[in-house]
Amino acid sequence: MPAKKKESADSAVATAPRLAVRKTYKLFIGGAFPRSESGRTYVVADSKGQFVANAAQASRKDARDAVLAARAAFGKWSGATAYNKGQVIYRVAEMLEGRRDEFTALEVPASEVDEAIDRLVWYAGWTDKLAQVVGGANPVAGPYFNISSPEPSGVVAVVAPSQPTLLGLVSVIAPAMATGNTVIVITDAPRVAITLAEVLATSDVPGGVVNILTGSAAEVAPWLASHSDVNGLDLTGVADTKLALELEQAAAETLKRVRRPAAGLDWTADPGLAPMTAYLETKTVWHPKGL
Amino acid sequence: MTATISPLSEVTRSDAALRTFLHGLPGVDRVGADARAAGLGTRSIKTTAKAWAIDLAIRMVDLTTLEGSDTPGKVRALCAKARQPDPGDPACPSVAAICVYPSMVPTAAEALRGSGIHLASVATAFPSGQAPLKVKLDDTRAAVAAGADEIDMVISRGAFLSGRYLEVFEEITAIKEACGKAHLKVILETGELVTYDNVRRASWLAMLAGGDFIKTSTGKVAPAATLPVTLIMLEAVRDFLDTTGRKVGVKPAGGIRTTKDAIKYLVMVNEIAGDGWLDPDWFRFGASTLLNDLLMQRTKLATGHYSGPDYFTLD
Amino acid sequence: MSAFEYAPAPESRSIVKLQPSYGLFIDGEFTDGAGSFKTISPASEEVLAEIAEASTADVDRAVKAARRAYTDVWGSMPGRERAKYLFRIARIIAERSRELAVLESLNNGKPIKESRDVDVPLAAAHFFYYAGWADKLPYAGFGADPRPLGVAGQVIPWNFPLLMLAWKIAPALAAGNTVVLKPAETTPLTALLFAEICQQADLPPGVVNIVTGAGETGAALVNHPDVDKVAFTGSTEVGRIIARAVAGTNKKVTLELGGKAANIVFDDAAIDQAVEGIVNGIFFNQGHVCCAGSRLLVQESVADQLLESLKRRMATLRVGDPLDKNTDVGAINSAEQLSRIKALAEIGSAEGAERWSPACELPERGFWFAPTIFTGVSQAHRIAREEIFGPVLSVLTFRTPGEAIEKANNTPYGLSAGIWSEKGSRILAVADQLRAGVVWANTFNKFDPTSPFGGYKESGYGREGGRHGLEAYLAG
Repeated sequence: MPAKKKESADSAVATAPRLAVRKTYKLFIGGAFPRSESGRTYVVADSKGQFVANAAQASRKDARDAVLAARAAFGKWSGATAYNKGQVIYRVAEMLEGRRDEFTALEVPASEVDEAIDRLVWYAGWTDKLAQVVGGANPVAGPYFNISSPEPSGVVAVVAPSQPTLLGLVSVIAPAMATGNTVIVITDAPRVAITLAEVLATSDVPGGVVNILTGSAAEVAPWLASHSDVNGLDLTGVADTKLALELEQAAAETLKRVRRPAAGLDWTADPGLAPMTAYLETKTVWHPKGL
Repeated sequence: MTATISPLSEVTRSDAALRTFLHGLPGVDRVGADARAAGLGTRSIKTTAKAWAIDLAIRMVDLTTLEGSDTPGKVRALCAKARQPDPGDPACPSVAAICVYPSMVPTAAEALRGSGIHLASVATAFPSGQAPLKVKLDDTRAAVAAGADEIDMVISRGAFLSGRYLEVFEEITAIKEACGKAHLKVILETGELVTYDNVRRASWLAMLAGGDFIKTSTGKVAPAATLPVTLIMLEAVRDFLDTTGRKVGVKPAGGIRTTKDAIKYLVMVNEIAGDGWLDPDWFRFGASTLLNDLLMQRTKLATGHYSGPDYFTLD
Repeated sequence: MSAFEYAPAPESRSIVKLQPSYGLFIDGEFTDGAGSFKTISPASEEVLAEIAEASTADVDRAVKAARRAYTDVWGSMPGRERAKYLFRIARIIAERSRELAVLESLNNGKPIKESRDVDVPLAAAHFFYYAGWADKLPYAGFGADPRPLGVAGQVIPWNFPLLMLAWKIAPALAAGNTVVLKPAETTPLTALLFAEICQQADLPPGVVNIVTGAGETGAALVNHPDVDKVAFTGSTEVGRIIARAVAGTNKKVTLELGGKAANIVFDDAAIDQAVEGIVNGIFFNQGHVCCAGSRLLVQESVADQLLESLKRRMATLRVGDPLDKNTDVGAINSAEQLSRIKALAEIGSAEGAERWSPACELPERGFWFAPTIFTGVSQAHRIAREEIFGPVLSVLTFRTPGEAIEKANNTPYGLSAGIWSEKGSRILAVADQLRAGVVWANTFNKFDPTSPFGGYKESGYGREGGRHGLEAYLAG
C-alpha cells in the first residue's frame, strides 16, 4: 500500500470523534459467553435512563445448559485440592483489583469494589480451613477410626440480590465456590455480572464452575428450583415472598438444600460460616483399627 | 489323598511360590473377626442343647498335663480320670485323649490300654521348638514308638515370622513322615504369631504340609486359645476342605476353663466350619481344669441344683 | 438339620408390665386422646395394648404444654441443670434396659439380641453424650451464645423406635428446646415407657410430650404454627411433603430419609469379614434400616466365591421368635410393610433376577419374610433402585473401581455406603468419591452418639449425632 495514502487516512481518523466499541453482554455458561438460545435480549439503561446495552435474556433452556455445564465441572472442582481452590479464588480477587475501573465505570461505588475484593480474599483463605473448623475426628466407643469432613452439595442455583450488585454477586458466588460447589447465578444486573464473568474467565476458574444467567428470576428460577440435578437453591435475591414460597416448594420435590437469609442483610458485615455451610454435606467415614 | 491335594501342589515348589500363595490368601480384618466371634459368643445354649453340648465337649477333651513336675503317678491318675471322668455317673462319657510329654508316654500307654482313649504326646522340643530337626524327629519317633497315636508338634515360629515358609513346611512334612500312622496336630502358637493374617497363613501352611489337625497353642504362651483365633482356623479348615477335598481338625488349647467357654467354641464350630466338625475326630479341646467344670455343669443340669468342687475328683 | 439344635432360649416377657391402654403424654401426665387404636406384636399379631390417637386438638394441647415449659422452665434453665436431667434419663434407660429391650422386641419384632445389644444401649449412650453438651454449647462452634429454637416437633419411624426417640430428644433437650414427639403408629410402646422414665427423672412437665397416632397426627404436629423446629426420620416420600409444608415458614427442618446404599466388595477384601458386613448390612433389623446395604456391588473376579460364602452364611441365620436370644432375623414390622416387600420381590423375579433364600421355616402367625438375595441384578432393575426396607439384597457386579463408584452413586439417595478392601489408598479414594453421608469401610451399620449421621441428596438434610447434631436445635 502506498505510504502517502496511509498518512491521509490516519489524519482523517484523528480528526473525527472516536466511536466507542461497545461490549455485547451475553450469558456466561461453561466458561464461554453464548447468546441466549432463545435469541432474546432486553434493554439495559444506566441510572439516567439512557440505553446502554441489549443484555441476553436467559431462558429455561439456557438454565438447562447451565446445569449441564455446572454438573460437568463439579467433579474436577470439588476434587481440586483446597489449596488450589484457594489460589483460584485469590486469583479472582487479583483480577478484580486490576479491573476495578471497569466496575466503577458501571456505577459500582469504589468502596463496594474494595469490599468485594476483600470478600474474595476472605473466602480464598477459607478453602483449606473449613474442614478443620466444621469437621474432625469423632471419639466413637469402639476400635474405629471415625472422621467427619465437609463436602460440597453439588450444583447450587442462586438468585443474586439486585443490590449491591457487585458485592451481592461476590457474596453469593464465592462461598459456594469456596466449598467446592459449582454455581448457577441468576441476576438482573447484567453489566456488572458479565463484567465479573470476564474477571472469572481470566482467573483460572475452570469453565462451568460459575455460570451466569442474566434476565428474570421469576422466569428462570422455577426451572432451576424444580431441576432434579440441582442440589441447592439460594433465595438471597428473591424479594417477592410469593415467588420465594413457590421456589421453595418446588425445591422440596427433590429435597434441595434451600437457603433463605433473613431480609435486611448487612452486606458489609462478617458473613459468618452460614453461607458456606448451607451447601455442605457432612461425610463420616468409619474404619476399624486392628493389627 | 495326593490326588485331591493336587490343585495346590504347585504352591509348595519353592519359597517364592509358597510366599505368593500364603500372602495371596484373603486378609483378615481383626475388628471384624473379633466382632464375629463375640457375636457367636452371645448364643444362648439351654436345656437339651446344653446337655448335648456338654457331653460332646467332654468327649472332645484332650486331658492334658505338661509340667516339669509330671510324674508317672500324676499321669496314671489323669488316665484314670480320662476313663471315668465322673465316678458317680457311669453314663458320663470318657475324654478323647490324654496329652503328655514323651517321657510320660509309656506310663500313659499302660494306663489307657483297652480304653479306646487316644494318647497324644507333644514332641519336637515342645514348647519352644528350638532344637535341631534331627532332635525333633527323634523326639517324635520315640513318642510314637512308646505308644503315642497322636503327636502334637510345634512349628518353628522364628522361621515363620522371618518368612522362611518353606523351611516350616519341610519341617512339618518331615515330622508327618516320622509320625507314621500317628495323627499329627500342628501347634501354631498363635500367641506368638500375633496377627490374624499370620494365623490364617500358618493354618494353610500346616494343612498343605499334611497336618491332620491344626492347634492354637502350647498353653505356655499368653494368649493361648481365643475365640477369634479359633474362628480364623475354623474358616481355614472349612476353606481347605472346599479347595482340596481333605478335612483337617482343629484344636484350641490353653485358657479354656469353663463350660460356658467350651459351648461358645462348639457354637463357633457349628456355625463356621459346620456340624461335620462337631466330632472328637475333628475338634478337640486342649484342657485340664475345663473337665471338672463340664462335669459340674452336667450334674447341675441333671439334678437341678448347683454342685461344688468337692464333689469332683481333683487329678 | 444340624446335629447341634439350639433349644429355645426365650427372654422372659414378665419383666414388662403392659397396661391395657395408654394415653397421650402431655404436660407430664398421661391423658386421654380423641380416639384410639390397637398396637400389636408383629411376630404373633397379638394385641398388646390400646393406644390413644391424638387429634389436631390433642397435638395443640401438647404444643402449648411444650411452649409453656420452654418459656417458663426449660429454655431459661442453666445448662448444667438441664445436663443433670439428661444424665438421669441416660441412667434410668440403662437401669430399665432389659424391660425396654423386651418391650421393643415385642412391639417392633426385632430380635432381642439387637434391642438388648444395640438399640437400648445406644439410646442410653445418646442421652449420656448430649447431656454433657447442655452446659457447653458456646464451645460447640455455633456462635458465642447459641440459643435454643423453642418447641421441636419430632416424628420418628418404627424401625428403631427408642433409638430414634433418643436421637431426636437428647440433642433437642440439651440445646434447651422442649419437644412434642410422635412415635410411629405401629411402635408406640417404648416411647410411652420413656414418658414414664421422664416422670421418674422428675423432668419438668411439658418438656417432653408424646403424642401417639398415625400420619394425620404427624401432619398436625409438623404443620402446627407454634412449632419452631421440625425433625423427621422416615420415608423420602413423606420427607418431600414435610419439606413442602414448611416452605415459606421460619421452621428449621432436618430430614433423615431413605437410602439404597451400595456395599462395594473389591477383589482384595477380607472375604470372611466382608460376608459378615454384607449380612449385617442387609439382614440387621430385618433390613428395616434406612442405611441398609441393600445393593451389593461385588467385583466380578470374586463374585462367585463371595456369593457362595454369603449363601453358606445366610443358611446359618436363625429366623423366628424375636424374644429368643438366638434369633438373628425377627418379624417384619407390619402387614403393610410385608406386602410392600413381597411386591418388590415379585417384581425382582418378574424382571428376571434370580432369587435365592436359605431353607428356613417361618412361623405361621405374624409377619415374616425369609432373608433373600437377588443375583443377576442390573441398575435398571427396580429392586436396584427402590428402597425395599426389608431383608432383600440385590447383587450387582463391577469390573473396575470407577465402575463401582459410578454405580454406587447412580441413585437419587445418598445416605450410606460400604467399601471392602484391604488396600488403604483405594479405600480412601473410593470413600472420597462416594456421595453418601456415612461411609463404612471394612465395617457396616456402626453407630455412635459422637458420630454424625445423615444423607446427601434425597436421603435428606441435617445431621444427627455428634457436635453436628446440635446445629439442628440451635440458633447461632
